[in-house]
Amino acid sequence: MSDQASDSLSSSPKKNSLAELIKKTALKKIGPEDTVLVWPNLVYLELICMMVATAILLFLSLVSPAPLEELASADTTPNPTKAPWYFLGLQELLVYFDPWLAGMVLPTFIIIGLILIPYVDPNPLGKGYYTFKERKFSMLGFGFGLSLWWILILIGVFFRGLDWSWYWPWDDPHVHMPAGAVKLIDLQIILQNTLGLSEAPLVTLGRYAVTIGNLITWALFLGFYAVGFTVPFIFFRDFYRRLGFVRYNVMMFFFISMMGVPMKIFLRLLADVKYVLVTPWFKF
Amino acid sequence: MLKLLEQIRGIVNKTQVFKSIFRHGYPDTDGNRALVMFSNVILHLHPVRVQRGALKIKFTWCLGGLTFFFFIMLAITGVVLMFYYVPDTRRAYNDIRDLGTVIYFGSLFRAVHRWSAHAMVFSVWMHMTRVFMTGSYKPPREFNWVVGVILLVTTLVLSWTGYLLPWDQLALWAVTVGSKMAEATPFIGASGPFGPELGRNSGNDMAFALLGGTVVGQSALLRFYVLHCLALPLITALFIAVHFWRIRKDGFSGPL
Ligand code: HEM
Repeated sequence: MSDQASDSLSSSPKKNSLAELIKKTALKKIGPEDTVLVWPNLVYLELICMMVATAILLFLSLVSPAPLEELASADTTPNPTKAPWYFLGLQELLVYFDPWLAGMVLPTFIIIGLILIPYVDPNPLGKGYYTFKERKFSMLGFGFGLSLWWILILIGVFFRGLDWSWYWPWDDPHVHMPAGAVKLIDLQIILQNTLGLSEAPLVTLGRYAVTIGNLITWALFLGFYAVGFTVPFIFFRDFYRRLGFVRYNVMMFFFISMMGVPMKIFLRLLADVKYVLVTPWFKF
Repeated sequence: MLKLLEQIRGIVNKTQVFKSIFRHGYPDTDGNRALVMFSNVILHLHPVRVQRGALKIKFTWCLGGLTFFFFIMLAITGVVLMFYYVPDTRRAYNDIRDLGTVIYFGSLFRAVHRWSAHAMVFSVWMHMTRVFMTGSYKPPREFNWVVGVILLVTTLVLSWTGYLLPWDQLALWAVTVGSKMAEATPFIGASGPFGPELGRNSGNDMAFALLGGTVVGQSALLRFYVLHCLALPLITALFIAVHFWRIRKDGFSGPL
């Protein structure tokens, strides 16, 4: 197929993969004996698919009709209030992030990140067939994000109860969990206390009192991105060269941001960190 | 019995009415099997021939097709539900309750609608996962992947807007959770970063635009109803059309 040859040129992969590709392309010549008529082969398959799906839908509908709770009322707030299951991953993120991040910025990143996938993946291999070997990084990266999405949903659906506390299946769902004894602290306060830094602001920019601790958290935050961008650049030159400057930076921005999500979750769970970075306008 | 059926078919196929509709014989010869793909508006979404491998269920798992099927199922059951539902906060809840108590098959239509919605959300994710795993987004299909992501978003928003319509506690509070997030949008939400600095308040921010007010009330119900029953299905159908068109134009990535 000619399209394969042309994209191998436009995305300039390594020489040996180009050779491989040409071999593959040569093999891919298809004649009429490799094709079948859509009617009846595919049309019947689709018909069967639809009938099975209809049967399953009818069965589920008869076994479990749609629920209807009490009339909506602004006076009684159910506890917990849960979004529909497919958004529970985002709602679960509210435990770890402020709503502007969990509800708006991260979903926007997910959508834009997904859209960009075909444009930042120059690997011509693994097109039209299942393979892990030929595209390890993209498979692992995508798999990581997808697992995160589904794990958070599962937690939201099955392990969150009253007051959004963690409930095991064997816990009584009608009894409140004792309020947690842990106090969540901002990272800059932790730094201040452990390093004995001054609380007095170095400079004050309007509402923003910049302390040493605050500057360190900025350094840590920006350093996280800086290290993320630099390490593969230095140690995986091939990887960088294959992607090129623009693709590399766009892809790494989304990749590092994605890795930041579980990092923040672990900081919260293991070190009781409330916010990594605090400004008067936004915190995260 | 079979013979009789075939005789009947033979006669029917020769009638003027049959010919006027289908314009060729029953698809039991290769010629007619090709013609049926050209001349039928629904079937012509397909090519006449596909590679043998494209039929392998283990390649697509039928997931794109199933997503489309659920969409059609939702459109059909949705029209029936619309006959009985008025988006008025004073009666919406009772209309939904009546579906379960006084309307023939009302409960069934509602249940099928709801299960199809869950199924569509699930299958669209699985379809995307399949397309990723087979690398089918790679050139020349990049743009169809983008169309796909748009479809993923419209599917989720469709489902979410429908969630409010029964006007029960589940509906109200699930949507309230969402509107709180809209309120926190950076720059355009009243409680979002830089929102207040830019003059956003609860009367002119993102959540207000979404709900048509400051709380989930009558305007929100009407907005969600119009989005759910009219705007979003149209947009989704349009993008599905583009999606299918591009699958034909780009060719199917299927196995060797
Ligand atoms: C309403 C939602 C959608 C519908 C109805 C739909 C439908 C379909 C159908 C019927 C196919 C043919 C092959 C198959 O059945 O797997 C297909 C292929 C494809 N879909 Fe979708 N799809 C939807 C959403 C998506 C999403 C969310 C993505 C990705 C983000 C996507 C990307 C693609 C691509 C790239 C192909 C070509 C696959 C190939 O050539 O192997 N679609 N879609």
